[in-house]
Amino acid sequence: MGLKFERNPAPVWFRPLIPLLAIVLTFAITTTLVLLVNANPLQAYYYFLVEPLSSRVSVIEVLVKSTPLLLTGAAVTFAFVGGFWNIGAEGQLLAGATAATAIGLQMDGVSPLIALPLMIIGGFAAGMAWVLIPALMRVKLAIDEVVTTLLLNSVALLGVSALLNGPWRDPVSQWPQSPEIAASAMFPKLIPRSRLHLGFILAIIIIVIMWFVLSRTAFGLRMRAVGMSPHAARFAGIKVEQTLLISALVSGGIAGLAGVSEVAGIHFHLIDAISGGNGYTGIIVATLGGLNPWGAGLAALFIGVIDTGSQSVSRALGVPVYLGDVILATLLLVTLAMLLLQRYRIRWVRQP
Amino acid sequence: MNDLLSTTFLVGLIAATLRVATPLVFGTVGEVITERAGILNLGIEGIMFLGAFVGFAAAAKAEAAGMAGYLWIGLGAATVSGLLMALLMGLLTVTLGLNQHVSGLGITLLATALSLFGFRLVFGESSVLPSIDPFPQLTPFGDAPVIGPIFTQYLLTFVAFLVVVPVGWWLLYRTNFGLNLRSVGENPEAADAAGINVFRTRYLALAIGAALMASGGAFLSLASLGAFSPGIIAGRGWVCIALVIFARWDPVRGMLGALLFGGVFALQLRLQTLGFALPYEVLLALPYLVTIAALAIAGRNVAYPGAYLKPYRRE
Amino acid sequence: MTTPPPAVEMRGITKRFGSLVANDRVDFTLDRGQIHALLGENGAGKTTLMRILYGLYHADAGDISVGGQSAVIRSPRDAIALRIGMVTQHFALVPPLTVTENVVLGHNQGVRLKLEDAHRRVSEAAERYGVDVQPRALVKDLSVGERQRVEILKALYRDARVLILDEPTAVLVPQEVEQLFDALRRLRDDGLSVVFISHKLREVMSITDRVTVLRGGQLAGSVQTSETTPAEMARMMVGRTTFGMPSLDEASSTQPAARAVLRLDGVTAVDNKGLPALKGITLDVYGGEIMGLAGVSGNGQSELAQVLEGTRLCTTGTITVAGQDVSGADPDRIMKAGVGRIPEDRHASVVPEMTVAQNMALEHLGEYTSNGSLNRRQMRAHAEKLIAEYQIKARPDDRIRTLSGGNMQKVILARVMERNPKVIIVSQPTRGLDIGATEYVRSRLLEQRQRGAAILLISEDLDEILELSDRVAVIYEGEIQGILPRTEADPERLGLLMAGAKDSPQWA
Repeated sequence: MGLKFERNPAPVWFRPLIPLLAIVLTFAITTTLVLLVNANPLQAYYYFLVEPLSSRVSVIEVLVKSTPLLLTGAAVTFAFVGGFWNIGAEGQLLAGATAATAIGLQMDGVSPLIALPLMIIGGFAAGMAWVLIPALMRVKLAIDEVVTTLLLNSVALLGVSALLNGPWRDPVSQWPQSPEIAASAMFPKLIPRSRLHLGFILAIIIIVIMWFVLSRTAFGLRMRAVGMSPHAARFAGIKVEQTLLISALVSGGIAGLAGVSEVAGIHFHLIDAISGGNGYTGIIVATLGGLNPWGAGLAALFIGVIDTGSQSVSRALGVPVYLGDVILATLLLVTLAMLLLQRYRIRWVRQP
Repeated sequence: MNDLLSTTFLVGLIAATLRVATPLVFGTVGEVITERAGILNLGIEGIMFLGAFVGFAAAAKAEAAGMAGYLWIGLGAATVSGLLMALLMGLLTVTLGLNQHVSGLGITLLATALSLFGFRLVFGESSVLPSIDPFPQLTPFGDAPVIGPIFTQYLLTFVAFLVVVPVGWWLLYRTNFGLNLRSVGENPEAADAAGINVFRTRYLALAIGAALMASGGAFLSLASLGAFSPGIIAGRGWVCIALVIFARWDPVRGMLGALLFGGVFALQLRLQTLGFALPYEVLLALPYLVTIAALAIAGRNVAYPGAYLKPYRRE
Repeated sequence: MTTPPPAVEMRGITKRFGSLVANDRVDFTLDRGQIHALLGENGAGKTTLMRILYGLYHADAGDISVGGQSAVIRSPRDAIALRIGMVTQHFALVPPLTVTENVVLGHNQGVRLKLEDAHRRVSEAAERYGVDVQPRALVKDLSVGERQRVEILKALYRDARVLILDEPTAVLVPQEVEQLFDALRRLRDDGLSVVFISHKLREVMSITDRVTVLRGGQLAGSVQTSETTPAEMARMMVGRTTFGMPSLDEASSTQPAARAVLRLDGVTAVDNKGLPALKGITLDVYGGEIMGLAGVSGNGQSELAQVLEGTRLCTTGTITVAGQDVSGADPDRIMKAGVGRIPEDRHASVVPEMTVAQNMALEHLGEYTSNGSLNRRQMRAHAEKLIAEYQIKARPDDRIRTLSGGNMQKVILARVMERNPKVIIVSQPTRGLDIGATEYVRSRLLEQRQRGAAILLISEDLDEILELSDRVAVIYEGEIQGILPRTEADPERLGLLMAGAKDSPQWA
């Protein structure tokens, strides 16, 4: 007995339903955990999904939470579409955050008109630099990028920690954190007295540009061809290695921007926990978004809702806040499994 | 400098090295066995974490209930939690043939989140970290000079070096199952043609590997710390992923890599306490950097298992 | 004294794949201690018949008996139990393992792997059967010939008394062929029965006792090797009653241009394993001419096509297109030089997940870009134009994956021909297509010839070559064995050239 996979593409109308079905299934699975803490599942879902959208303050908080996810989700989407399995958005984010801090610390008395572009360019470049070695190893030596990008995440974290315990240690703070960046290097607030900042706009712009590049330019089409079938792409005269390298570097740069945005928009210091796993969550965003820029945007917003919701559900019902993380991880695995339905019809057969 | 060369210092360093290397030996051998069957299990970080949590929680509950063998109950529970994760990973990557790296990361995220959720569930939000009376250290050589203190170690450390590594090696190279496992990881089509059940073999490899990973995590909470904290694994799983490549998919070389890393780690801790100001993070980054450099140098000659990352589907 | 029953007897075997009848009521008898050639062109049904015997396929009709006993063979396991072994063209070996480990794999019992024991038993078996291999060697260090011996040893280790070898010499160098033949003779003298699937007449003459010839899935004849000649076998293999019928309209055929448009001079290349695949190909193709390249598969056709498509580098030699040197050029430069490419593997030359319009434009996206963005309306209009012109049953937004083989081929054809290439490299253009699509593709190729393109047509379908070509070149083991004008290219002569015989009168 076993499963039999028959190549049988799902009808077009079914595709957008896959993430929705995955969400429903995920909530069904995780209901067991809600019941475990003797909470009412319906109430829990209310706090998860509705409460975060019910007030202006919490909606803004959702957008704040989504900001880094929009960027890491876009980064991972871009790489995966181009056929580069970048698992290293976490490290690239940290590299971007570090560069932003380094620049931000030097920006005293510099006009924001100069400081902000410098922060953005510096963070993008640092993210690119952090993915450069795995990208070159893949393109020149055919060494799988999954492990190399993954291992560099740990290296980046150690690097940040070395800076915070060494040269950047803020003498007045008891926690390892860097001194505060210059005021001119801080992202302006979009709404006064909220935490929503320029990074959100930056993320939206990146998503729009990415959509344009992927679906409206020759480069985007070539990149997708390389990602989907490198062999046919080479046959069609596309420079496969060069295209892969660009996908990888741009992806790293976008992930770097997520780091810039967190430093310049939220924390103003570099801290160990600057990412909080947003690089890894980017993989969930990209997968749930079906490797589509708009999809990734929606997925990041949705995960922002879940993130915010997990706090309100914890406050209201005493459900541990980590339920949100459980839901997201489950959602990743369920979506991944359901994407199979896009390409295959799966039947249970008895082996002859 | 005299401090550094004193016998006490060296003995302490060697003893600490063995202790630090223990969870890495469990994890690395587990990952070697899994990857030799053709599956990269990036769930390792989460499975070690889950093992540490489940082991601790079960032991704490059993201890509170006054059971004598509470530590063994903890270890057993940790192993079972590893097996469950192996089953899930198998379902995703073997049965459904999904992307191994995304599935593995998903397992890590899920196992980590479940552990943290469970920790809150079981122990609440107290400000004092709960703790248990951990495994005692064994002293097979008593107070004998040098070897006495060096081999004052936890039982699981002895198990790691004297059982897990040799048995892991024997399993891979000296049993029929090991031969089947390696052939499945190298050329599943050929293995299938020879009548080997590719799916069952891969599930078994995942199970053995994850049981070892979870035990490695449980070593930290049940033996060396006697407590559980969110930072308990702190990337040790990723170190194992690096060590497996560094060891070119061999359990014995994996043990040597774990010892090397354990030594560096123990040394930096000691140097720090002696007041040496050095960026210890640089030392901790070594296993990753060395592995990446080794990959770059070996270049196209890296001997990945032939079916690495490739799902197998019968035509 | 009664004669012992034959080792294997197959009666009335029929096997269909969809509408294709691969075996049509085939009878086959293998005697004990006999080396029996199963001869035929590609697609004649030889391998299918033997895969049925080995349990890899199931016959739709017919009976099999082994050693006089009626047998039901559902899987290779059943076949092995009946002491039948098969060495396929793709070896089922695990390269990093030793010879011994490969031989005992899946055939080992108990927990412990008793390696010393196994080494001893494997070297005993190797000695007994005169198969020369080192039990402790790693398979990845072995040559192809040695690997084949390991495969044979695997079958013998499982006590096979019937050994099926599927095109065993295709992967061997001549010296290894001799060693293989020596081993096979020893096995025969030991009482084993061997089925030798081949299309190489010379080898069949030298090693086999009996020959069964299949043609188009049917039995064409079965004779003692000593009582036949290569010419007779070639006739049985090719066996056309209506060959040489000129279907080209002679009157409309244009005079070939004086200058060769496509010139190959001493082109060499290696295959994926790094072994020489092309050993100095020199060939001129003139404008307004179709040059057919005939040959048994695996003689370098694919590699030659890839070199000309720009997806494989040539190691030495020069290729010029209308005077322009394109040796070692990538696909982009090759296309710019005026080469149109219709490759063997349709699915690998289009992006299946992309739409018809995207695939039609993919090679020349620069032409659809204005102000930095793709002009999708232009892409779509272009696709609509080609769809109408080439009668493709698809919409511009359909994903290529959803198209039938014929329509997919038309997309590729349209993509090439709309650019009026100077040279067209076309491989197996009608493989797997139905009659309508086949006719369509062929007529389009003739149109291009008419227009003045130099066309190199690589095909394993001899009918196709004869129907379309002005001249026919035959490739054998990476070399051009001979070039014949169509009027002199009769199937028999081509068959002999394809089988490796030099075009000498005594064989004609």
